[in-house]
Amino acid sequence: MPLTASSPAVIRDPRLLPLWENVRAGRRLTRDEGLLLFQTEDLHGVGRMADFAKSRLHGDRVFFVMNRYVNPTNVCVLSCSFCDFARKKGEAGAFENSIEDVLAMIKPGTREVHITGGHHPDWPFEYFERMIAAIHAARPETQIKAFTAAEIDYFWRRWKIEPREALARLKEAGLRSMPGGGAEVFSERLRKLLHYSGKADAERWCEIHGIAHSLGIRTNATMLYGHVETLEERVDHLIRLREQQDKSGGFLTFIPLSYQVGTTKLVPRQTPPTDDLRTIAASRLLLDNFPHIEAYWVMIGEATASLALHFGASDVNGTLEEEKIAHMAMAESPPGLAREQVLRIIRDARKTPVERDALYNVVAVRN
Amino acid sequence: MLSQIRESAQAGKRLDRAEGLWLLTEAPLLELGSLAQEERFRRIPDKRVTFVIDSNPNYTNVCVTDCQFCAFYRKPGDKEAYTLTVDEVMAKVEAASRHGATTVLLQGGHNPALPLDYYLSLVRETRRRFPGVTPHFFTASEIQTMAQVAGKPVAEVLALLKESGQTTLPGGGAEVLSERVRKRIEPKKGGPAAWLDVHREAHRQGLRSTATMMYGHVEAPEDVLDHLDAIRELQDEFGGFTAFVPWSFKPGNTLLEKWIKHYKGPNAYLRMLAVSRLYLDNFPHVQASWFSEGKRAGQVALHWGADDFGGTLFEENVHAAADYVNKTTVDEVVALIRDAGFTPAQRTTTYEILRTF
Repeated sequence: MPLTASSPAVIRDPRLLPLWENVRAGRRLTRDEGLLLFQTEDLHGVGRMADFAKSRLHGDRVFFVMNRYVNPTNVCVLSCSFCDFARKKGEAGAFENSIEDVLAMIKPGTREVHITGGHHPDWPFEYFERMIAAIHAARPETQIKAFTAAEIDYFWRRWKIEPREALARLKEAGLRSMPGGGAEVFSERLRKLLHYSGKADAERWCEIHGIAHSLGIRTNATMLYGHVETLEERVDHLIRLREQQDKSGGFLTFIPLSYQVGTTKLVPRQTPPTDDLRTIAASRLLLDNFPHIEAYWVMIGEATASLALHFGASDVNGTLEEEKIAHMAMAESPPGLAREQVLRIIRDARKTPVERDALYNVVAVRN
Repeated sequence: MLSQIRESAQAGKRLDRAEGLWLLTEAPLLELGSLAQEERFRRIPDKRVTFVIDSNPNYTNVCVTDCQFCAFYRKPGDKEAYTLTVDEVMAKVEAASRHGATTVLLQGGHNPALPLDYYLSLVRETRRRFPGVTPHFFTASEIQTMAQVAGKPVAEVLALLKESGQTTLPGGGAEVLSERVRKRIEPKKGGPAAWLDVHREAHRQGLRSTATMMYGHVEAPEDVLDHLDAIRELQDEFGGFTAFVPWSFKPGNTLLEKWIKHYKGPNAYLRMLAVSRLYLDNFPHVQASWFSEGKRAGQVALHWGADDFGGTLFEENVHAAADYVNKTTVDEVVALIRDAGFTPAQRTTTYEILRTF
């Protein structure tokens, strides 16, 4: 049941009341107000405001896509402190997929394929260009979402191909949209501390998304939170994204990524679900120019993802076949099972599931 | 309705059935959580969340009651059927005690082959050998089975258990206290009146107990309200309930699995907790179960009216029989409570604080 302006605003922290007025009036929140969203103990109050903002945009609809993730390689020249995925060339566990391997991973009927990978030391840009063209030729019905801004930047660092040229050629080959990864946290302090200074910085990351938007390529944005970042750094990150969206306008979805402790152990445990819910809500409230905020169920768990649909999230990503198969270790799961799982996350929260394509065109409303 | 309920709660006025039904079926989840949290802090003003170090072993899986929701029991003579000797149970209590447990929640099937003296020995021996452990033994339906097998009234069985050293009873076996539900899923069990009678008699004799509810199968909201009304009325008589503990039915390996594929999710769980906090105005505590609903849902539940995080459950076999397994340690429970924004405190079976972390 969405809140309306006439609903009783049961907000327990009176400091939130001016924010509630601003949200209701559609006025943009300031940095200090953003910080308060993270500092107040009134989790329900923050959630209610975010639910109001979400409902105004999308009613009770929640979007999902039949998609799959593909990682061409995990070989990476970087050594980011938070990453469990990357391997050096020749190291145990390193993998390098051929174009044929990648094609074999994408079943007919997959609506969206999401492709990201390591910064490979040897693979030329043309290899990735051929990969996109081959997927597009083999699966014209599949929309290709590929390469983070960090990877596009790496094509420049390694092969001196300007982002505008790289993106134009990839678009020509069949690229439809870009994922939002590689943003991590826009903080010079953390870039040094967590050893990702060899990666596109805030300026460059935003520049590349701006170029993509100018070429008609829609993109997503992310933030990796729940490790050693400060609340101020989170808010600054969100505001930087909001400014970029004002300039170029091509962002579709913001996806807060809850840091997975894995073996990198920057902190002893994953941040609690209450922090995930709060971060999703604060993102919805601060990013007033982003169409969607996503609850990425793989990282926060299905239960928290379902609850996040009351905290401003309007998207749950998708069926993620690859993740499913990885989880189930060799088990051949029927494709309908994953869809049922995603529908359950949405229906459990009494929201209306809407199957979408990569660009948020409605495929079907699954009442 | 929301502001009416809020005013009632603030004034300490008991919620009626219509208000309860609205909360169960219509209330927006965040408003509901906010109301429940206000109520929780009115009752327990500090940010304390308690937990108990405990274990949940079983003495037998032999059962003649054939409940459709149960994956744990075996019929007498089944090759997987087992019944432990008193010494074998004591070995389990010893293991729990060694890990710091102050509570052992012991329960089992309804095994007509066991004499009353077996049960009395379990209590007596636990008290004698492990003075630091509270024997939180035997649910209401087991007490009834003992009474039937021994040919004694329930009151006498309870008196003998008390004389042997028992001070508390676990609240399991209530399922949903509604005749309609009982006929559907547990026709051979004693039903709502029998469960309530055992707890009433226990409270009369000065024993304390918990009340539970297993929801998420065939019950309607009215059945849930029947359940809440019944335990609220009983609590008015003697005040013997320490806490209310709802959990969701797990369909794995049960007869009901054919119709019910999945357990009710986190939205239903938060709603149930918050409603019980608001509706059960005479219950001191509401327990969030990290165990039955998952650690992360359990942490969120602390913001929906719960003030207790349950036990560490070093051993558990009933959910495990439904292929549902979840493990923790004391350190992890402390960390989960703290991460959720509360102050962890270890408690006894009857909710006295032992230490604050």
